Amino acid sequence: MATGVDQDLAVQLTGLTKRFGERTVLDGLDLRIAPGEFVALLGRSGSGKSTLLRVLSGLDDEVDGDVHVSGPVAMAFQEPRLLPWRRVLRNVSLGLHRADAEQVARKALSEVGLATHEKAWPLTLSGGEAQRVSLARALVREPRLLLLDEPFGALDALTRLTMHRLVDELWQLHGPAVLLVTHDIDEALLLADRVLVLDSGRIVGEHRPPVGRPRRPAELTYLRSRILHNLGVTA
Amino acid sequence: MALTYAPVRTRAQRPAISARKKKRSFLPPRWLSPIVLILLWQLASSTGVLHEDTLASPVKVAGVGWELLLNGELIEALAVSGQRVAIGFLIGAVVAIVLGVITGLSRVGDAVLDSPLQMLRTLPFLGLSPLFIVWFGIDELPKVILVALGTLFPLYLGTYAGIRNTDAKLIEATRVLGFTRTEQILHVVLPGALQQTLVGLRQALGMAWLALIIGEQVNANAGLGFMINNAREFLRTDVIVVGLIVYAVLGLGSDVLVRFIERRALQWQPVLTRTSRSS
Repeated sequence: MATGVDQDLAVQLTGLTKRFGERTVLDGLDLRIAPGEFVALLGRSGSGKSTLLRVLSGLDDEVDGDVHVSGPVAMAFQEPRLLPWRRVLRNVSLGLHRADAEQVARKALSEVGLATHEKAWPLTLSGGEAQRVSLARALVREPRLLLLDEPFGALDALTRLTMHRLVDELWQLHGPAVLLVTHDIDEALLLADRVLVLDSGRIVGEHRPPVGRPRRPAELTYLRSRILHNLGVTA
Repeated sequence: MALTYAPVRTRAQRPAISARKKKRSFLPPRWLSPIVLILLWQLASSTGVLHEDTLASPVKVAGVGWELLLNGELIEALAVSGQRVAIGFLIGAVVAIVLGVITGLSRVGDAVLDSPLQMLRTLPFLGLSPLFIVWFGIDELPKVILVALGTLFPLYLGTYAGIRNTDAKLIEATRVLGFTRTEQILHVVLPGALQQTLVGLRQALGMAWLALIIGEQVNANAGLGFMINNAREFLRTDVIVVGLIVYAVLGLGSDVLVRFIERRALQWQPVLTRTSRSS
């Protein structure tokens, strides 16, 4: 069972190890993500979060251990990374190899509330709008696994709240497995089925917020303090 | 409408703004000083301070320019010189962009081609003129090749640098998003390189005109350079000045053209977007 590959899982990592020279960034990491499961990954800087995402997204395949990711995989980055010289609609539709690319891109844009911006240049968008385009661009690829690399980190608090609701809606609508990397414990607790804590290249904690949604901050206080403890932060 | 509140809101900032406005209204318009200079030049000529053999008066220059335009001499010279620049520039530009794309995109191309090109670049290409006469004679060919060389290096460097400076984060993102290599080149690498390529293009055009002027000084029997050299023999400073003004206008014109291309090609940049919308 430990070495068997379950084809149904969105992600199955066994003994994933990544070294940069002498430094071990991921240290025998095991991770399973069920289809449609929303997992949040917390960790300090340098805990290996970004490296893990690079492995899952296929950007880094020089690793030891077993990596099984069932695609398609799509990703939204901390900076939206839109092509500034292509209009919003093209940013969403480019790289989609299907005849109706433009139509599905338009639909994705209206899902993130930007139907009227399809002709806009990316550099004229606000931070929140650009991040929504980036989300639309990821979702239009109909991923089985959606990787979110601190996509709300650079947004102001109010925009972030709107984005949380949007991500929650889109996740329920499309049902991809999600791995959300974040620094924000509250964000993780509000959105995820399962919250993982990464430290020194290993998963050192796993927490399950209450099942009901939307979640009320009051019922998360205890879990929050446990995760903080897990991260090595003592109040 | 919200505008009703405007006076109240801006009142606090008003002193600073109006002070600046007042100051600006005392500024003379930018075209005034050149006009004054030309008037002074005319005055010096009319009073005999500036002898005609040294420099013809503006009125004389304008008259001769008009005359040359009417009798077709200027048009003919322009056509010949224009053709030299056009052919030379086209050859230089095609070679520069092809080489720039090859060295920018392929490591092998970079290793093989970039160092000889960088070496050649350090040669003062205008100084190659005597060698070209030995190799290619005194007809059109050495002039065209000189223009092509002048175009080649700035445009090559711009294209190469533009491609090399491709944002690695965009390449990564498009890789995760399933772009093919061709799509990456078409939608990430080349559009990203455009801005620097256009800077190179502007420098290349400047160099092309310069190369033309140098090339035409040597043994031309037609064209603007010939017109100027011919005038020198007869101490016709008026014709020489007309020729120089035409060179300047041509250089200015090509610069305006590149600016226009820049504005169209880089309209995705916020500042340019704003200006093109308001105009």
